[in-house]
Amino acid sequence: MAREREPRPYTFYLLAGLMGLFLLFLYGPMLVIYVLSFQGPNGGVTFPMVGVSTQWFANIIKPGQVANIPASFERSIVLAIVVSLLTVVISVAAGLGFRRRFPGAGLLFYIAIASLVMPSLLVGFGIGLGFQMLGLPQGLYTSTLGAQLTWTLPFGLLTMFAVVARFNRSYEEAARDLGASAWQRLRYITIPLLLPGIIGVAVGAFTLSYDEYARTTLTIGSYNTLPLELYALVSSDSTPTLFAIGTVTTAVSFVLIGLTMFAVIRMQRRRRMLPT
Amino acid sequence: MDPRFDVELVGVSKRYGGAVAVDNISLRIPKASYCCLLGPSGCGKTSTLRMIAGHESISDGDVLINGANVTGLPPIKRGTAMMFQSYALFPHLSCIENVAFSLKMRGMAKAERLKKAREFLALVHMETFADRLPAQLSGGQQQRVALARALVSQPKVLLLDEPLSALDPFLRIRVREELKRLQRDLGISFIHVTHSQDEAMALADMMVVMQDGRIRQSGSPREVFGNPATSFVARFIGGHNVLQGAAGPVAVRADRCRLDAAGSGLPAQIAAVEYQGSIVRVALTTDAGEDASVLMPDSVYDADPVQAGARTHLVWAAEDERQLAA
Repeated sequence: MAREREPRPYTFYLLAGLMGLFLLFLYGPMLVIYVLSFQGPNGGVTFPMVGVSTQWFANIIKPGQVANIPASFERSIVLAIVVSLLTVVISVAAGLGFRRRFPGAGLLFYIAIASLVMPSLLVGFGIGLGFQMLGLPQGLYTSTLGAQLTWTLPFGLLTMFAVVARFNRSYEEAARDLGASAWQRLRYITIPLLLPGIIGVAVGAFTLSYDEYARTTLTIGSYNTLPLELYALVSSDSTPTLFAIGTVTTAVSFVLIGLTMFAVIRMQRRRRMLPT
Repeated sequence: MDPRFDVELVGVSKRYGGAVAVDNISLRIPKASYCCLLGPSGCGKTSTLRMIAGHESISDGDVLINGANVTGLPPIKRGTAMMFQSYALFPHLSCIENVAFSLKMRGMAKAERLKKAREFLALVHMETFADRLPAQLSGGQQQRVALARALVSQPKVLLLDEPLSALDPFLRIRVREELKRLQRDLGISFIHVTHSQDEAMALADMMVVMQDGRIRQSGSPREVFGNPATSFVARFIGGHNVLQGAAGPVAVRADRCRLDAAGSGLPAQIAAVEYQGSIVRVALTTDAGEDASVLMPDSVYDADPVQAGARTHLVWAAEDERQLAA
């Protein structure tokens, strides 16, 4: 049924234009980087393109003088996996635990969340300083891991609280009625039903850790993560290699997000929640 | 020893903080009976059911099942099974996996538990849906799977929390027939919580009317309907006029009342006339300001029709009058 459309007021076009500019501002620079990463062999870090090549991508895996991208990439990935696992375990346990109100629950919650609003540099600085004062060696899986958890945990907790709040407790009660022990309830009912949310927390924590800079830079030991390595590169290198790295890391993120969404959508199609 | 009762409640109370949800109730449910706990929302019927099931701790008193004191035991050790109001079928498991769940928790081998689950799906005529997920079933089908899941552990007592409330009215009547048939065939007790007096009347061998955490009356539907104990019971089960008599309130069944324009009864004005198919309901306001109604077959009404606004008298026989406790 065709309906006469009212003429749009000029403000519509004004706001649409503003939105367009905003999108350009948001994605323009990134697009420029993706395009320039295919710069020809004789081209520079700005337009115009002088031919097209993939040699800057090849450059990434050559151990350079300044930066060792493959090694730091590996460190970042492994660290992100560890951070993600720890975040999932702690957030799921806390999410389930906080369903029961206990004295001090509110206070504990705010303390756990507070590090989200603390300046990252200060948190990192504090952790670095603490390690120095105690004479502990700073390293990827000590100070850096801790510093990154201060960032991923509040995020994981908030997500799990939201997921758990929508979880219908009668499923667990039914499982109890059918003779499932606490552990069986967790394994066969609660975890499977919370899985989409758990995957969300895992991926979120992974990406937060993967590109964390401020806290990491002040707590890192002798070996850099990828963002730190890139930052060093920015100030010393002036070839499109940097752009190629940007394109590759973005692709990694997109692949990860794509896979997650695919998995979650499949799962939800299979496990559509019953109306209650 | 063969205990005479499937379930006994002895002075059972439930308190939430200061609030009393169930107040010192005692009840004996004979073997293999269909018992309905009936009452308005907040009367404590669901708390009572959940205490029998073991999903709610008992503040005071004891629960006996088959003669054994089960107070403090977990649900699985009580020989009860519960069917939840929203069925609580596990959405990530197929029908047969849902039914086999309790057997799996007990450690029964896969082939054996699937075989047994299939038998119980067949009992509720759902064997062809074995591999479907709950979300792919209609409400009535989900209800039957939930029933099979509860029965597979072969409970002595089946507890049903408003099992028909999620179904449409036509299905409700069919399913309640099935429930009754199943209870008779299995020869176990069903305890069914409902706020619908129709449901309770149709199903119950024993009807327990609750209000404010107490049992106001229990007995067969015939006994309760024929002799309501209090004005609350008379009003809640419906079909009665509760009027102020010489010695306190009395109840008279609306279908035992007559209208008599000329005669000597309780003077009243006709408030409304409702045609309900086979019967006609005439609503009245007595001169004392009480609401009453008369139910009569349409043939009786048609012989002497009345109009809203007309003056009349409400008449009943003395033997139909029941004295109520205040």
